Amino acid sequence: MASTNLEVESLAATGSMVRPKKVVNDFTIQVATVNGSGSQSANSILLRSIFRMGVPVSGKNLFPSNIAGLPTWYLIRASRDGWVARKGHVDLLIALNPETVLEDIHKLPAGGAVIHDETFQLGDRRDDVVYYSVPFDQLVVATGAEAKVRKLIKNMIYVGVAAQLLAIDMKGLETIIRQQFSKKAAVADLNWKAVQLGFDYAANSLTKQDGLTIEPMNATQGKIIIDGNSACALGAMFAGVTVVAWYPITPATSLAEDLIKYMKKHRVEKDGKATFAIVQAEDELAAIGMVLGAGWGGARAMTSTSGPGISLMAEFAGLGYFAEIPGVIFDVQRTGPSTGLPTRTQQCDIAFVSGLSHGDTKQVMLLPGSVRECFEHAIEAFDLAEMLQTPVFVLSDLDMGMNNWMSDPFEYPKKPINRGKVLDARQLEELGGFARYKDVDGDAIPYRTLPGTNHPKAAYFTRGTGRNEKAQYSERPEDYVANMERLVRKFETAKTMVPKPVLNGTGQEKIGIIAFGSSDPAVLESQDQLRREAGIETDYLRLRAYPFSQEVNDFVAQHETIYVVEQNRDGQMMNLLKTDLDAFEAPKLRPVRYFAGLPIEARVITEAITTYEGEQK
Amino acid sequence: MATSPVPSAPARTNVIGLEILDYRGGKSTLCAGCGHNAISERLTEAFFEMGVPPEQLMKISGIGCSSKTPAYFMSRSFSFNSVHGRMPSVATGALLANKTMRAVGISGDGDTASIGLGQFMHLLHRNLPIIYIVEDNGVYGLTKGQFSATADLGSKLKTGVVNEMQPLDICALAIQVGATFVGRSFSGDKKQLATMLKAAIAHKGTVLLDIISPCVTFNDHEGSTKSYKYIKEHDEAVNEAGFIAPFEEINVDYDPNTTVDVQLHDGSHLRLRKLHEEYAPTSKTGAVSMLIDAHDRGEVLTGIFYVKTDEMDFVTHLNTVDEPLALLSESRVRPGPEVLAGLMQELA
Repeated sequence: MASTNLEVESLAATGSMVRPKKVVNDFTIQVATVNGSGSQSANSILLRSIFRMGVPVSGKNLFPSNIAGLPTWYLIRASRDGWVARKGHVDLLIALNPETVLEDIHKLPAGGAVIHDETFQLGDRRDDVVYYSVPFDQLVVATGAEAKVRKLIKNMIYVGVAAQLLAIDMKGLETIIRQQFSKKAAVADLNWKAVQLGFDYAANSLTKQDGLTIEPMNATQGKIIIDGNSACALGAMFAGVTVVAWYPITPATSLAEDLIKYMKKHRVEKDGKATFAIVQAEDELAAIGMVLGAGWGGARAMTSTSGPGISLMAEFAGLGYFAEIPGVIFDVQRTGPSTGLPTRTQQCDIAFVSGLSHGDTKQVMLLPGSVRECFEHAIEAFDLAEMLQTPVFVLSDLDMGMNNWMSDPFEYPKKPINRGKVLDARQLEELGGFARYKDVDGDAIPYRTLPGTNHPKAAYFTRGTGRNEKAQYSERPEDYVANMERLVRKFETAKTMVPKPVLNGTGQEKIGIIAFGSSDPAVLESQDQLRREAGIETDYLRLRAYPFSQEVNDFVAQHETIYVVEQNRDGQMMNLLKTDLDAFEAPKLRPVRYFAGLPIEARVITEAITTYEGEQK
Repeated sequence: MATSPVPSAPARTNVIGLEILDYRGGKSTLCAGCGHNAISERLTEAFFEMGVPPEQLMKISGIGCSSKTPAYFMSRSFSFNSVHGRMPSVATGALLANKTMRAVGISGDGDTASIGLGQFMHLLHRNLPIIYIVEDNGVYGLTKGQFSATADLGSKLKTGVVNEMQPLDICALAIQVGATFVGRSFSGDKKQLATMLKAAIAHKGTVLLDIISPCVTFNDHEGSTKSYKYIKEHDEAVNEAGFIAPFEEINVDYDPNTTVDVQLHDGSHLRLRKLHEEYAPTSKTGAVSMLIDAHDRGEVLTGIFYVKTDEMDFVTHLNTVDEPLALLSESRVRPGPEVLAGLMQELA
């Protein structure tokens, strides 16, 4: 990622003894509000206004499991270097929650700034931060907003105040607001008025005492902003999904809801009939049952869920593996076990999903590392599920799924849809029948037929019980073993078909890092920190799928120490690597784990690696 | 003396020119005398006589003795023996993938009323177009004879254990929750069951048939309320049903004072001659109250309890294209590049 290397300089601030350093396009804003106050659109507008100025930006919503009343925070990170991982260090606090204001201020580093409601009792104030007191309620009243929308309009006041203090382009801001409320001109006017009042108040009554500022850049042109759940939904639509069964669960709900929205718009034919069926099932158990029924019936079928739903799907997942039925399961991971922290992020279903079921089972997992890959892996997952005739799990997480990410636009799929090995009536006539579970081609993937195939020899008996190659019930030891060994060989075939890992680095370093999914931005930033701060060069291999392809073995073999970065307590991916790789390589793997429920930050990785490397010297 | 081969009589064919052999299944591995085998035979005959192409049928089941039976009838049909209590969801998915197929769901009393009650309720609630058959013997056979949720109060196991719970009446539940064709029969009543199955094939929507099917090994003894003897003694038919398929001529008149004529989805006629005082097959509350009252009197009512022909089924309700979703070409399921370009522009 290119750095513009802007010089940090000192400015004399008028009327102040503080001489703040000018910090351009490299800081974090934290908006502290109360859940249910409707700050989401204001935060999104603030984020987009920075994005529109060409400055790389990321947004992270740290929200409670609650409808209204509990504290919530939104982090906006502007980074001229393009770093989009969470940064623990907050530079500007926008404090609208009286419950948390003292603690939020307490956590600010020296030199930080806070925009706060003038009514807040701040007690013994720290004198090493800058305060901007704003009469929010008075300004809201001045907008002329009706009482019932004042709570919402208050949020737009802070957008205006922040815009003035940070030198955000007001013309761009107005454009975004008019786009956001394009269907209701009066609402757009009111919101814009609130922004202007906030801006004017800051211009006339506040004295800029911090150095934070946004200056136009050219680093976001042509880019889009989207969350991972929407991206997965778009991928599913372009993959040609036809049957969707789902059950609401945070943080996966918006995946299905966005999909419904897209499909209604783009997958209904001229006569008003849909090329899809979407069912809100009674639970996750029924959702996966419907997916397998539909996959067996020949549909491209999917569900989306999170950890607790995955637990319920375990039995059916085993049936899908054993009876060889395609289906796509999106697991937007959240912090477990049990109900855990349902609105916080983790990568904690890796171990469970990799063998989801009782009995010897191996499941295929895709691990998108960006919103763009959410789109691409969703498409890939449907092809793989039908080509391999097995459930395919796409593992995203709350951070990836629900937060807004900058991305290059998605590319239209280059490959046509691949429906795998399906025999039709004509082929059956030529072949004189078929054996459902016979390895004809040597890749351990058998042929199947779809219900309704009009041939007397098309039907077969699908079952979770032991069977022979002809799908007939069998308890013969040799039939069972042959079938289970073929399934292992099929998993070997899968290794050659799943997305390959991606290397960042020269490939020649002694130290390797392995990570996956939403940890990617933090690892990339950490590589930069390690290089600049400690002179440590690293190669980074980002896993994109399970089973691990040969490149993963090679990477481990070629490095002396490999740090496995993941967002769970038990080093689940590291353990999977230890199980699947050559045993003598296992001691090279070292865990770097973060599992506090917030998106991982680069500093955690950098500190873990520098500490360990220091100990080795 | 030279003999010439005696020409065998040509096998009877159905309206689509198939023989009964085309509807045969594999050899049953259930106990000799098991009620389930009789049900498989009646299903074979009914689909044959109604002229349903075997390739147009999906047989979906859960787990248990009953759920094994799809292997014993209609081998040319597509079969899915799934997991315990979850046949409804699998059947739902399969029908969504291909709405042009017919589906029969085979389950048992444990599979439906114990482990599977939740999914069963939602299948009924959706009015999924399926013939849902509960082969009801009141016990778990494969695990050697534990009570299920349809076992009657006071019924005794071979081991002497007496059931102390009220039974779930799955017919009353089905009527209340949303099934549009509900009946109970007995595996030993060939005539009643045959007619009921043909009418079920003609109906569009959820058909729930509770078929009492004695377990000769674990629940056919003195003291059992699901034995052949007990059912024969307590069976109280609420109607006498006549069925006239669309390809048959209607040549019998009926008395509208004693008989209800129901025209089914495919043009068939179902004639229900009233045998029971409270019988009112088109009234939801009438049917449910009849079942509850009979239960209190210790009668085992059989017959078609409830029929509703004008309720939209779940698959129709989803308003999908006429062809099976499973077979749609890429051009119909993958929007073009201009759609993606437009979406990307909106997100910029």
